Amino acid sequence: MTTTTSTTSSIDLPYTKRTLANGLDVIVHEDHHVPIVAVNIWYHVGSKDERPGRTGFAHLFEHLMFEGSAHHNTGYFPPLQQAGALLNGSTNTDRTNYWEVVPTSAIDRALWMESDRMGYLLPAVTRERFETQRDVVLNERRQNYENRPYGMALMALTSALYPPDHPYSWMTIGSADDLRAMQLEDVKEFFRTYYHPANASLVLAGDIETPRAFDLAEKYFGSLVPGPRPQPVAATASLSYERRLVLEDRVELPRLYIAWHSPAMFAPGDAELDLAADILANGKTSRLYRTLVYEKRMALDVSAHQHSRELGSFFLLVATAAPGQTLTGIAAEIDAEIDRMSATGPTDAEMERALAQAEAQFMYRLQTVGGFGGKSDQLNAYNVLRGDPGFFTADLDRYRRATRASVRSAVQQYLRHDARVLLSVIPRGQTALALAGSESVSVS
Amino acid sequence: MTGIDRTRLPEVGPDPPFSFPGIVRHRLANGLEVRTIEHASVPVITMLLQVDGGSGADPSDGEGLAAVVADMVDEGTGSLSAIDVSDALARIGAEYEVDVSPDVTSFTITTLSRFAARGASLLADMTTRPSLRETDFTRVRQLRLDRLKQLKDLPPAVAERAFLRLVYAQHPYGHLPIGSDAALRRMTLEDVAAMHAAMFRPSRATLVMVGALSHGEMAAIAEDAFGQWREGGAADRVVQRASEIEPSEMPPPRLAIVPREGAAQSELRIGHLSARRNTPDYPALLVMNALLGGQFVSRINLKLREEKGYTYGARTGFDWRRGLSPFVLQASVHTASTADAISDSIAEIAGLRGFRPPTDDELVLARASLTRGYPRNFETAQQVARSVGQLALYDLPDTYFAEFVPNVNAIGRDDVVRAAERYLLPDRLSTLIVGDRSAIADSLAALELGTPIVLPPEL
Repeated sequence: MTTTTSTTSSIDLPYTKRTLANGLDVIVHEDHHVPIVAVNIWYHVGSKDERPGRTGFAHLFEHLMFEGSAHHNTGYFPPLQQAGALLNGSTNTDRTNYWEVVPTSAIDRALWMESDRMGYLLPAVTRERFETQRDVVLNERRQNYENRPYGMALMALTSALYPPDHPYSWMTIGSADDLRAMQLEDVKEFFRTYYHPANASLVLAGDIETPRAFDLAEKYFGSLVPGPRPQPVAATASLSYERRLVLEDRVELPRLYIAWHSPAMFAPGDAELDLAADILANGKTSRLYRTLVYEKRMALDVSAHQHSRELGSFFLLVATAAPGQTLTGIAAEIDAEIDRMSATGPTDAEMERALAQAEAQFMYRLQTVGGFGGKSDQLNAYNVLRGDPGFFTADLDRYRRATRASVRSAVQQYLRHDARVLLSVIPRGQTALALAGSESVSVS
Repeated sequence: MTGIDRTRLPEVGPDPPFSFPGIVRHRLANGLEVRTIEHASVPVITMLLQVDGGSGADPSDGEGLAAVVADMVDEGTGSLSAIDVSDALARIGAEYEVDVSPDVTSFTITTLSRFAARGASLLADMTTRPSLRETDFTRVRQLRLDRLKQLKDLPPAVAERAFLRLVYAQHPYGHLPIGSDAALRRMTLEDVAAMHAAMFRPSRATLVMVGALSHGEMAAIAEDAFGQWREGGAADRVVQRASEIEPSEMPPPRLAIVPREGAAQSELRIGHLSARRNTPDYPALLVMNALLGGQFVSRINLKLREEKGYTYGARTGFDWRRGLSPFVLQASVHTASTADAISDSIAEIAGLRGFRPPTDDELVLARASLTRGYPRNFETAQQVARSVGQLALYDLPDTYFAEFVPNVNAIGRDDVVRAAERYLLPDRLSTLIVGDRSAIADSLAALELGTPIVLPPEL
């Protein structure tokens, strides 16, 4: 059984891009298999654009985008649901995205509505809507973070990895106190700064002819007034020592999190660490699954992920202790495996397997036009974060070019013992289960 | 604004025509039913083997058995160890998924079309000739016991388990596939082997293949991979069909709580046993559910999330099975709003069948949202394979997809009212709360649902 790259080298995501006079990027991709069109808009704003004391704003704002705009001053969902659309939005550190997947027959309606909230949101934002959505977000925070086992671990980690003024030091959901303190007035400035054509990118993908797609984009968005492009955020972070933390939580079993700073999305080393994550800890064939879960039964699960982001990434390794097993023992196994990887790198077989999986994943990513991670979302990711919607093939090439040596060198350079955060999450009152020398943290 | 009328929304045009996937049925000499669907958008193939028997087939003293059997399937076959199997899957970039549901267990492999034959033969080896080694069994069982322990911390999982037990009592549908601690500890490798031998037979399975290959190519691959599978002699055990066992007539308690002191939110489940998936009233129930709580714009979500701000989201739905299935509302609400959220929810359910019948606008919205977007469910090979698996599971005709839209569009107000009267029974709703008991006890009294029974986090 062999894997060849030749038959998948044609794997591609074709598109046409134009920029309207007001600065809005418009990208079109045709796919006529199913009579649907994906509308996908990215605004280049996320929680990285917030300031301490105002955390959570970008995401709360995303909620307001669904409450109505000047010419459709009521909920955003009914007219689109009635058209048979699926729709959603999301906010992360780097960007905010909104999408609809509509039957071809409803493309005008979707563009009318997206353009209305891009151009004319503010007259529809009332104090009452603002306050209701703030409550919804506080509930979202309770449901997904406060009331979830290990739900606060990432908050503890990010605030240890980054200095307090670094915009990655807080989570996109924001602090509950900041959310409560937010004022309706803040919405206006935020909208004017970030929500305009020159800070946005629109993709239409699916059952639509390219010329018609551009005509419709011009028709609905062409007259919207641009603002100045926001200044790019610059912030750097590094660690020059190892930090050990312990967080008590309502959990049964201790879990160890190890986080390192790593190269920004698309930067040299980013793809290598993505491959290293798979080889180290993803799936039953990975080294740490084999030792920790399969052979020694010290852990219930283990996983690793290169969290690629615009200003700088972090690499995260997570393992949950099996009952009766210690985090100290697990940490020692992990260290030993990372040392081996630093010393000798992956094997040829591991590289082949990781590459086969990466190539297949790129192919699977071409299966849907819309939604989170569909072709429209990918084109926008490449356009907004890379300035090149055609980066799909080059992105895959980053993985094809990786070698045993380049993966080894990335592991050596970034997954160091002396520049990382180790967080033990342990059952309440059982601090002895944490790694030795851990400093107690509390997050809320 | 040149050329755009912002005084009103653009109309939506007529629904674009769409050809639903054509299903071709084959039957191998050993009795295995194969359904192939040509799907050419991307060179990918999904193969789904669906075996009759799921958590509802678990013996009463062996809850969790079907799921352990399913887990053991990728733990090695022939000379391949569990790690070897994963390695073989990884080398063809395959995605492998196992789903144990109440009535069936399904195994899905998605891979690149050029690896179709290899993927099919791996799927066949794993499912029909698993090694079933003692060491793997002990490890798999231990992982499940540990996971069960972790689930105690997860409010939605605790609620799910407790709610099923509440509405089904001792019926075989009354537990999650993961089963119980005591049953897992009692389980032996012999149990697993006997269950596998009885359940995994060509006459009890359906193979669905959806991909960028012709029907003939897919059928040939199926024959090569599964043709050697033998039915075997009489089984030691009978695989129980939960759908053929009637649930008890005894009404379940109205109110129950799993205490979780200091919880920031209360996890709610409100519902009762209601209908079977193959009921002719299914289209009416879909429309009814869509407007009640099945989508973002629905009575319950608008009330609880948008109007009251109690929750990040609330929804209703049917947890479909071949047998009698629960209708259930689920939401995670701020602790202080628990009692209000429950009484608003029950009032909305009761209202639909009585003094607040659906309006024309609601009906139009519900039908349109169910039908107009229907073709998007057929975009990926995986989506199509799952949908065709559902047809096999519920004995639905191959014409089902094409008939779906007209059937739903035929549903009028009277149909929804009749469905609500028949299938929503406000007096029989059971409410289950996972939440801070001391913080909410007083407010619960006002609901007049009786004294709550208190359940442990593990049943």
